[in-house]
Amino acid sequence: MLTKRIIPCLDIKNGRTVKGVNFVDLIDAGDPVELAKQYALKGADELVFLDISATLEGRGTTLDMVLHVAEQVNIPFTVGGGISSVEHVDALLQCGADKVSINSSAVKRPELVKELADKFGSQCVVVAIDAKLIDGQWKVHLAGGSIPTELDLFEWAKQVEDLGAGEILFTSMNHDGTKNGFANEALAKLSNMLNIPIIASGGAGTIQHFVDTFKDGKADAALAASVFHFGEIPISELKEQLKNNNIAVRL
Amino acid sequence: MSLDTDIKKQNFEGVSVVIIDYGAGNIKSIQFAFKRLGIDAVLTNDPEKIKNADRVIFPGVGEASSALKMLKNSKLDKLIPTLTQPVLGICLGMQLMCKTTEEGGNTEGLGIFQVDVKRFPNTVKVPQMGWNTVTNLESDLFKDIPENSYMYLVHSYYAENCKEAIALSNYNGEYATALKHNNFYGVQFHPEKSSIAGAKLLENFLNLES
Repeated sequence: MLTKRIIPCLDIKNGRTVKGVNFVDLIDAGDPVELAKQYALKGADELVFLDISATLEGRGTTLDMVLHVAEQVNIPFTVGGGISSVEHVDALLQCGADKVSINSSAVKRPELVKELADKFGSQCVVVAIDAKLIDGQWKVHLAGGSIPTELDLFEWAKQVEDLGAGEILFTSMNHDGTKNGFANEALAKLSNMLNIPIIASGGAGTIQHFVDTFKDGKADAALAASVFHFGEIPISELKEQLKNNNIAVRL
Repeated sequence: MSLDTDIKKQNFEGVSVVIIDYGAGNIKSIQFAFKRLGIDAVLTNDPEKIKNADRVIFPGVGEASSALKMLKNSKLDKLIPTLTQPVLGICLGMQLMCKTTEEGGNTEGLGIFQVDVKRFPNTVKVPQMGWNTVTNLESDLFKDIPENSYMYLVHSYYAENCKEAIALSNYNGEYATALKHNNFYGVQFHPEKSSIAGAKLLENFLNLES
């Protein structure tokens, strides 16, 4: 049986792991390669590296780090942050990344999703969407959540699925950093509406939040950062509890 | 799960492994996986090097009909079925070794495995992405890998359950997640990304009697 995935997210800035709280305050939390190896050993199903400085400052993601991760880590990983060209994706995949995640660049030029899917296959194209609930409407935000747009979350998600996205990473800005749980209502709507996997992101604080996002939010995978980085939720314990709640996980 | 210890460093000195290079996708991870086992797998499209290697890996990521086109351009489609050493097709590589695939409008494969490749229906999410169990394990390729071990998969098309299946997974029903015909092996999952169980499978592949 296909299992639900637990994905630690490593925010990267200047080659180091950091964790954004509501995308602003940053705390250093270590060397990405070492952290990645630890997570693979501890039972993480996948990893996401987001170069958060890339979107804000236009920096590219370090290929070097990707190469070192691919060399030492035996689980799949995604790289995102500041990716806007086919060439950049090609270089990342050549270095051993399994998937790339694009965000602002897809909004600015939606054809990019199709170009990437056609050239490399949908399986490696993750479209990350940051959205905020404003007056009852989920509005897509750009550049690490700092620029609002008029785009509706659900319409945009449908559009990128049609363009060939293989997966959607949805971060609720209302929930991110709050540790009050995931945006399960919006997640369930996305999951029912689309036929590609949905990764829930933003709001993880307790083990119950993960149970809820898999059951109520119908998420295929759940992503979190600080609860894992600071050992608040050990992955092995999380998975045991998910299993006790009849959620299929890899143990 | 009894694979809790790291793969013991076996000595594979002198074992030559080639990865067939026809421009298809992410080769680096496969090379790194062998490097972790102490092997320098060589990426090549040179027919002589491929013929003379102890082990051949046939990788593949992306779309079937364009991958087959690349294969035909380098005439590797004729070479692969004639190989006599253990050959392992991974993911799309495995699918291309089958009789036909629905991808790209009923594309004809290399016909090594007598099975058709179909698309998952839209009653399930496509692609299947993530870790699934492998069961009904047969052949030394799965030696010491327990039933219900988890392997990492990303695919929209699958080989139907058939006589040549040596492992099954279940996604909208059972399908062949690994195949064997004589010296030819194929796995739908990515052993290079499947943690310790995947590393064990690659090690078993190196240990197969040729």
